[in-house]
Amino acid sequence: MSGTEATALGREAGQVSFLTEGGTTVRSWLLTTDHKRIALLYAAGITFFFFLGGAAATLIRAELVTPAGDLLTADQYNRVFTLHGVIMVWFFLVPSIPTTLGNFLLPLMIGAREVAFPRLNLFSWYLYVAGGLITLASLLMGGVDTGWTFYTPFSTLYSNSYVLLAAAGVFVVGFSSIATGINFIATIHLLRAQGMTWMRLPLFAWSMYTVSLVMVLATPVLAISLLLVFCERAFGLPIFDPRSGGDPLLFQHLFWFYSHPAVYIMILPAFGVVSEIIACEARRRVFGYTFMVYAMVAIAIIGFMVWGHHMFVSGQSPFANLVFSFLSFVIAVPSAIKVFNWTGTLYRGQIRFSAPMLYALGFVGLFTLGGLTGLFLASIPLDVHVTDTYFVVAHFHYIMVGGSVSAFFGGLHFWWPKITGRMYSEVFAKFAAVSMFFGFNFTFFPQFILGYLGMPRRYHEYPPEFQVWHVMSSTGAVVLAFAYIWPLFYLGWSLVKGKRADDNPFDATGLEWQTTSPPPKDNFAVLPIVTEEPYRYHPEGFAPHDVEDTHSAQTPQ
Amino acid sequence: MMPVEASTFAPRVDGIFWMLSGASIATMLLVGTLVLFFSIKYRRGTAAPRGPVPEKMSREVEIGWTAVTFFGFMFFFWFAAVAETTQFEIPTKAMEIHVVAKQWMWKLEHPNGVREINTLHVPVGVPVRLVMTSQDVIHSFFVPAFRMKQDVLPGRYVEAWFEASKTGTFHLFCTEYCGTDHSRMAGGIVVQSQQDYGRWIAAQPQGDSLADQGAVLFERMGCTGCHGGSTRVRAPNLHGIFGQPQPVEGGGFVTADESYLRDSIVLPQKDVVAGYQPIMPSYQNVATEDDLIRLIAYLKSGKVVQPRQEVGR
Repeated sequence: MSGTEATALGREAGQVSFLTEGGTTVRSWLLTTDHKRIALLYAAGITFFFFLGGAAATLIRAELVTPAGDLLTADQYNRVFTLHGVIMVWFFLVPSIPTTLGNFLLPLMIGAREVAFPRLNLFSWYLYVAGGLITLASLLMGGVDTGWTFYTPFSTLYSNSYVLLAAAGVFVVGFSSIATGINFIATIHLLRAQGMTWMRLPLFAWSMYTVSLVMVLATPVLAISLLLVFCERAFGLPIFDPRSGGDPLLFQHLFWFYSHPAVYIMILPAFGVVSEIIACEARRRVFGYTFMVYAMVAIAIIGFMVWGHHMFVSGQSPFANLVFSFLSFVIAVPSAIKVFNWTGTLYRGQIRFSAPMLYALGFVGLFTLGGLTGLFLASIPLDVHVTDTYFVVAHFHYIMVGGSVSAFFGGLHFWWPKITGRMYSEVFAKFAAVSMFFGFNFTFFPQFILGYLGMPRRYHEYPPEFQVWHVMSSTGAVVLAFAYIWPLFYLGWSLVKGKRADDNPFDATGLEWQTTSPPPKDNFAVLPIVTEEPYRYHPEGFAPHDVEDTHSAQTPQ
Repeated sequence: MMPVEASTFAPRVDGIFWMLSGASIATMLLVGTLVLFFSIKYRRGTAAPRGPVPEKMSREVEIGWTAVTFFGFMFFFWFAAVAETTQFEIPTKAMEIHVVAKQWMWKLEHPNGVREINTLHVPVGVPVRLVMTSQDVIHSFFVPAFRMKQDVLPGRYVEAWFEASKTGTFHLFCTEYCGTDHSRMAGGIVVQSQQDYGRWIAAQPQGDSLADQGAVLFERMGCTGCHGGSTRVRAPNLHGIFGQPQPVEGGGFVTADESYLRDSIVLPQKDVVAGYQPIMPSYQNVATEDDLIRLIAYLKSGKVVQPRQEVGR
């Protein structure tokens, strides 16, 4: 079956890939247990939700061009920013890198034929889809207006919107995260190829391991807090209602106990992706590999101890504030080390500025700025002034959008030839990477200034003195929107007309490059045996030799 | 680019802001310059020499920059923490304003009974202590010019303070999302010179002070039945109770501040004064937030009648 089709696509007869092996019917895709096909199923879902959340962001930025609330009513605006937050956090950012690149690459990188629990993997996708459909239903029925944070007692007693349905959707999708996390932990523990010791794992695999730990340990707390919201709203069980002796702050503690680690769920995978790209494109072993590993583990652990820095003005005790402030400064140290190490990896390299490298370098810049502004928020007196203003909005967009999304696009380009077997247009891709970097800064840097001036977040209307910064931000958003939509065209085009990719077009190390592009269903004809540390871009103790550009991936197609 | 500094605390916040901004710009310049320099010098195809990096050296570099970052961050923490202790230390001799937040307005009450909505008049150079609560959801009292913000929760009192250092009208925002008209739950803080403020407050329609209104409520709600002078039911003497440590059932002491008095009215079983039976009914749905403010103002004033010595006590 696949033989004739593969010939039609210009491949040598007999070479099969996961795309055709096992059938090409819809049924064969929807019932697949192949981690690579599941990755593509996730990719479809994530792309849909990314553009849905993006549409909501477009409405927000359009509304804020003028101080008066003239485009949307207050209730519509509140529903739109809630939709943007809920969709982007739980249906795009949290699953983005782990379920697509992670699902596809993790078994390949550690030399395995599958994840540990292939059927659980498929089940997690169905949970994701079910959660997504429930949330979409709440949207179609009229939406939710609580903000993605579902703060009580507003969400349980005062909101006149579809809170129960939206909370149920998020509850369900949480279990998809947990399933993915369990699967990855088991896979890394059990299925590493012969010789693939822990300290030979690529940093991307380490990032998947640490992110899985956080997913498995933090997400149940989200489920608990949503369940409690559900009980109070649906059955009147007094938990957060102060009139019945409940404590509204309890919800914030539970929620941030999940949601702060969730920030690391969004950024840890990005660390992995960027480390792979920079090492390959600089032809250099990752500077301080062991420190990079320890930094990720430290972030995953300390990430559980800093949730109170979201609550400095909530009425939490001043002493608790001090402790959380201290720990928040501590967790900034491993993040800083990572930035220094990426910079160090460039030293004495053979640097090539491909599109993935531009995304990765953009990530380093945006993540550094996002991380530094995190220090502002860890300082209590400053946080008191800027929390719940646009300063915070700008800060977390720098980390989660500037950081994670740049890394996601970088990784998507870097592994695109491996996943699809096709090359994209390098010129178009570089243009998208540069547009994303500038569009992003243009959109979100003005928001730091807005926030320090005192512009509160989640405001439908605002005093006219803030308008100039809002107009700047909305203008930047046009550039950013272009940078997000543009890859749809050239990446889509590459699927049809793109040049066939070699097995290893970027001359990267890593086991995923030792199989065919796209890989066969069982990943490897013969399972590899690992004898060396990762990133063998040059012999130990030697400098990278001159690299000949044998592959024309740099030149436009 | 910078918001106006109109409180005594604002310059300190801005000081920390500039210190961190300076450190951030320096870090961005350092990382940016290194990335740019390496990108140019070691771009593929240049003739720059590329010797190996000795393992030992890279290890020392790692430990070096970890230590530097750590000590730098600890310095920032210490610097900010010192300011924090000032921020959360509420001056005892301060003008007191009661704030009741509700969807979507601010109700502000002066001790002499003058009430304002969404506007607050205060004199310059006088510390102002805010005792705040919410009637429904969580709101947040934010005055950017004062660099001051505090969430206002239902079911309890939270406190905050400021001392205005500049006359003028400044934005008051709600910064905790509270529903439909969240963005309209805004107002102004009018800071006046002390003479102007005196004239303004004298020109307001004079009602009874909060304490006097509280005294009336104290009678009307039946509090005097137990806490008054001529009764046999054993209930604590409320004269001069405010600010005093109270021994509670089960051991320990609780200071009778506004929060404790409030809890004792709406959740009387929470901390029963030692030696008394938990027989007081809850006033949860009887006394409104406005009533509570008045009752507590009365209890704080020196106007509470000292009960007659009970026979056999």
